[in-house]
Amino acid sequence: MKVKALLAVLFIGIILFWTVEDMPAFGDPQAPATQYTGKLYVESVLPDIGIDNIVTAILASYRGFDTLGEVVVIFTAGISVTLLLRRGGRL
Amino acid sequence: MRENVVIRTVSRLAVPFIQVFALYVIVHGALGAGGGFQGGVAFASSFILMIVAFGLASVRKRLSNKWIVVYSVLGITIYAGIGLLCLFMGGNYLEYGVIEAILGIPHLHGYLLDAVEIGIGITVMAVMTSILCDMADKGGESS
Amino acid sequence: MIEAFYELFLSRYNYWMAIILMLIGLYALIAKQNLVKKLIGLNIFQTAIFLFYISFAEVQGGTAPIYLPEGVDALYVNPLPHVLILTAIVVGVSVTAVGLSLIVRIYEEYGVIDEDDLMQVVRGR
Repeated sequence: MKVKALLAVLFIGIILFWTVEDMPAFGDPQAPATQYTGKLYVESVLPDIGIDNIVTAILASYRGFDTLGEVVVIFTAGISVTLLLRRGGRL
Repeated sequence: MRENVVIRTVSRLAVPFIQVFALYVIVHGALGAGGGFQGGVAFASSFILMIVAFGLASVRKRLSNKWIVVYSVLGITIYAGIGLLCLFMGGNYLEYGVIEAILGIPHLHGYLLDAVEIGIGITVMAVMTSILCDMADKGGESS
Repeated sequence: MIEAFYELFLSRYNYWMAIILMLIGLYALIAKQNLVKKLIGLNIFQTAIFLFYISFAEVQGGTAPIYLPEGVDALYVNPLPHVLILTAIVVGVSVTAVGLSLIVRIYEEYGVIDEDDLMQVVRGR
């Protein structure tokens, strides 16, 4: 069982290592991730919203709906643990 | 752990400072590094220190089950409520610019962001404390 | 030859480290018998994915994405992956909490945590 798991993991590893040479280098300023969307956010937070922290502005204003979903996820986890581990009657 | 004088004294001194620092992290979400999630977990860690050093009953006395559930619902109500307020004033859901355009107060966009972060911090604090209180309970029920 | 070595190994070392951590976490998730060790493997796997994703945000010579005072010109790192990973960390904590409470209930009900013994006890009932 453990030998089969090791062979499967090594097979996945070889496939992943094969794709590394196509990725952009570490810290490249011309990478496509920083050229289009990142630059758009950095330039448009100060005129639109006017606060200093770019990450909080994206988290609570541009992508506020995702943050609402995340607070619901953590609330559901708390309720699930209470329902699982409460032995003996009333909530 | 209840008999050791050093642990009890140091915990009793450290808990207020941890709570003030956690509130600082929540409120400064817009000016520098910080935010709702980080400050909420830091506030819950002060309660976890009290559970480890003084036993479970010391936190149960201060935060009974009813109040933990009330706090966790209060935070998410603040968040969804501000979104509904933007909807009633004529814009889309969670569009803070509409309230700022109607009421005319400058920098209102930033203040609504702070209110939303405080709501997130309250919910995260309540849920983290509730998870650890439930896991530390040893079978005998305390209500 | 030196060019090829630099291109593949030294300038992309973040991807190599993330992939090695991912493989360690995947092996622990598949091959271990204890249920708690499987959960720890899941956590290691998640951490490797976070490191892989955040390493896309680095710009050489950049500073933290908080605006400096007026007049100072600076290069900021990409803020978008940080936001997405903040959500993912919270989801990971929730999954770990619910998984651990399920393990506590399994132990109270059947008395064992090991996977092979658990299958025997469940079939024996």
